[in-house]
Amino acid sequence: MAGHFEPTGDGGAAIALDEVEISILRSLAVQLLELIGPGTGPEPAPTGTTDSGEDLPGGLEDVAWPPFDDGPTEPPADPALARLFPDAYGPGPGAEPEDPAAAEEARAASAEFRRYTENDLRARKREDGLAVVRALDSLTPGEQGAVLTLTADDARQWLGALNDLRLAIGTRLEVTDEDDGSELYSLPDSDPRKPMVMAYLWLGGLQETLIETLLP
Amino acid sequence: MSVAPSEIERPEISEEHVEVPEPDVPWVTVVHNDPVNLMSYVTYVFQAYFGYSKEKAKKLMLDVHHKGRAIVSSGSREEMERDVQAMHSYGLWATLQQDR
Repeated sequence: MAGHFEPTGDGGAAIALDEVEISILRSLAVQLLELIGPGTGPEPAPTGTTDSGEDLPGGLEDVAWPPFDDGPTEPPADPALARLFPDAYGPGPGAEPEDPAAAEEARAASAEFRRYTENDLRARKREDGLAVVRALDSLTPGEQGAVLTLTADDARQWLGALNDLRLAIGTRLEVTDEDDGSELYSLPDSDPRKPMVMAYLWLGGLQETLIETLLP
Repeated sequence: MSVAPSEIERPEISEEHVEVPEPDVPWVTVVHNDPVNLMSYVTYVFQAYFGYSKEKAKKLMLDVHHKGRAIVSSGSREEMERDVQAMHSYGLWATLQQDR
């Protein structure tokens, strides 16, 4: 699986993928979508309802359709999801715990931030994952596989999805730091983690070459 | 080297600014090191989102990598919440805090 992205010259990127690679990428993107979930976004607001005002009690025209539902206030329990949707306040990963008052203040501020941002964030990550699946489904691989061509906008969505995938897989594999990879990267073939490590490294190569096409 | 508009609007954070914060810019966005994000990707995000030069983006990325965290922007609390949300959407681990 030595494929890599190359610039197309107009801000986009292209890569040759064989059938196995397409199948693996699609499967991983679908798993990412399943992890992120269907979302709890709002139903589309009907247009015209508030213009007439007839369907709404008087005085409520401006408040009867909240522009968004509140998101969650607690961090996700799943470690991979928690990595994709981290707290906005607090000492950050691996830091010393704060004193109880500061920790409580950070917890409350994180909850409020999450309530107003997590749904949008989930929607965006879902869109990126869907863009990957749609692009792969548009391919009709022949004997030699297929060439996937991305516009600059597609490429940014792919970059986001590839990164989210690596974050999720890296969390599952408990990758701890760059120098700690020796054990993970030299697993025997019999180790159940081996296929996921191979996928993780392959995705890293895809992401690295995609970044190179996007940088001026 | 051209200067992106965002650098004009966002005062660059030099060491002096960190030592003596302006009273009207008391909040900062901090990006934390993590074992998964590629160094090239973190540099790309700092260039793409903040409009920082490649040199500045790379220096910030190396600060994150070696020191575990780096201040990448400063401004009002609302501005920093926007930056943190953007960093999360890129998959970087970011928090905001009062620069005291």
